[in-house]
Amino acid sequence: MFENYDTLIIFHFFDIPINATIFSSWIVMSVLMLFSFLATRFLSDDIQTSRWQTLMEMVVIWLRKEIKETSNDNPAKYLGLGLGLFMFILVSNFLTIIPWFRPPTASLSTTIAFALVVFCAIPYHAIQNAGFLGYLKKFIDPSPIMLPMNLFSEFASTFSMALRLYGNMLSGVMFASILTSFVPLILPLSMQVLGLLTGSIQAYIFALLAIVYMSNVGPSLPYVEEN
Amino acid sequence: MDAVSLIGAFSVLAAGLCMGIGSLGSAIGEGNAAASALQAMAQQPDEASRIRSTLFVTMAMVETTALYALLISFLTFYANPFWNYAIEAASTK
Repeated sequence: MFENYDTLIIFHFFDIPINATIFSSWIVMSVLMLFSFLATRFLSDDIQTSRWQTLMEMVVIWLRKEIKETSNDNPAKYLGLGLGLFMFILVSNFLTIIPWFRPPTASLSTTIAFALVVFCAIPYHAIQNAGFLGYLKKFIDPSPIMLPMNLFSEFASTFSMALRLYGNMLSGVMFASILTSFVPLILPLSMQVLGLLTGSIQAYIFALLAIVYMSNVGPSLPYVEEN
Repeated sequence: MDAVSLIGAFSVLAAGLCMGIGSLGSAIGEGNAAASALQAMAQQPDEASRIRSTLFVTMAMVETTALYALLISFLTFYANPFWNYAIEAASTK
């Protein structure tokens, strides 16, 4: 009953076992690549744009606005990683409506990998924004007594991000499988619809929290948008 | 009752209690957050979108404690270390 996708071997690729997590990550990656290929195929800044380009522009403009509201900083700095995390998690959570698809986000190794990427991106953006000393100053922020707490929260905040996504997706998947063993008809469908809602919210929250942590140490001068 | 059935019974009880008590606090917290956000949205409808995005993030943070409880109860159900230890001790005896 326990859904552990890391030990579930799908097939062997030249004697290398490929588990369900990696396999469904590849599916999500190929879907994303197909999306971006379709969106950038007839790229134009004319009035007449293709439908896919309009869709992608909507997502990018929306996320740019969100980043600007939360970080008060140049959104282009965080857009790449934020949009990448958001789209990957969103697509993998949305694909759960396809039966037999095992979402890679319901495995702890995927979410820990995401959190590690964010964990490395936090000092990078902080040093870029405020310099090395400005980054170190964050740890003794109210007073040097808080140093162990700040160090601990640096690890705990990113780790809890991974656990949150994993817990949400795992609970959705397991609840569906338990419910299917009781009531195989109709009723699991409503839970799947609820899973779509929580999946999209989780994708939004993961991307937004990553942006909040990355823009925690902001630049000394406020960002002014040039038109 | 022998040790293995005691461990099994109490693991199930612990998982249930963990989920019940653990979700209690975060449910109250989320309700408070939603109530305050609704009040703020009613007072300042212009700021509604900003309040909503902050609300989602806050809710997710509050929800984390309940999710920890969920993971712990999964652990006691499916990967119980005491249960495995008792089974191993019984088989090697």
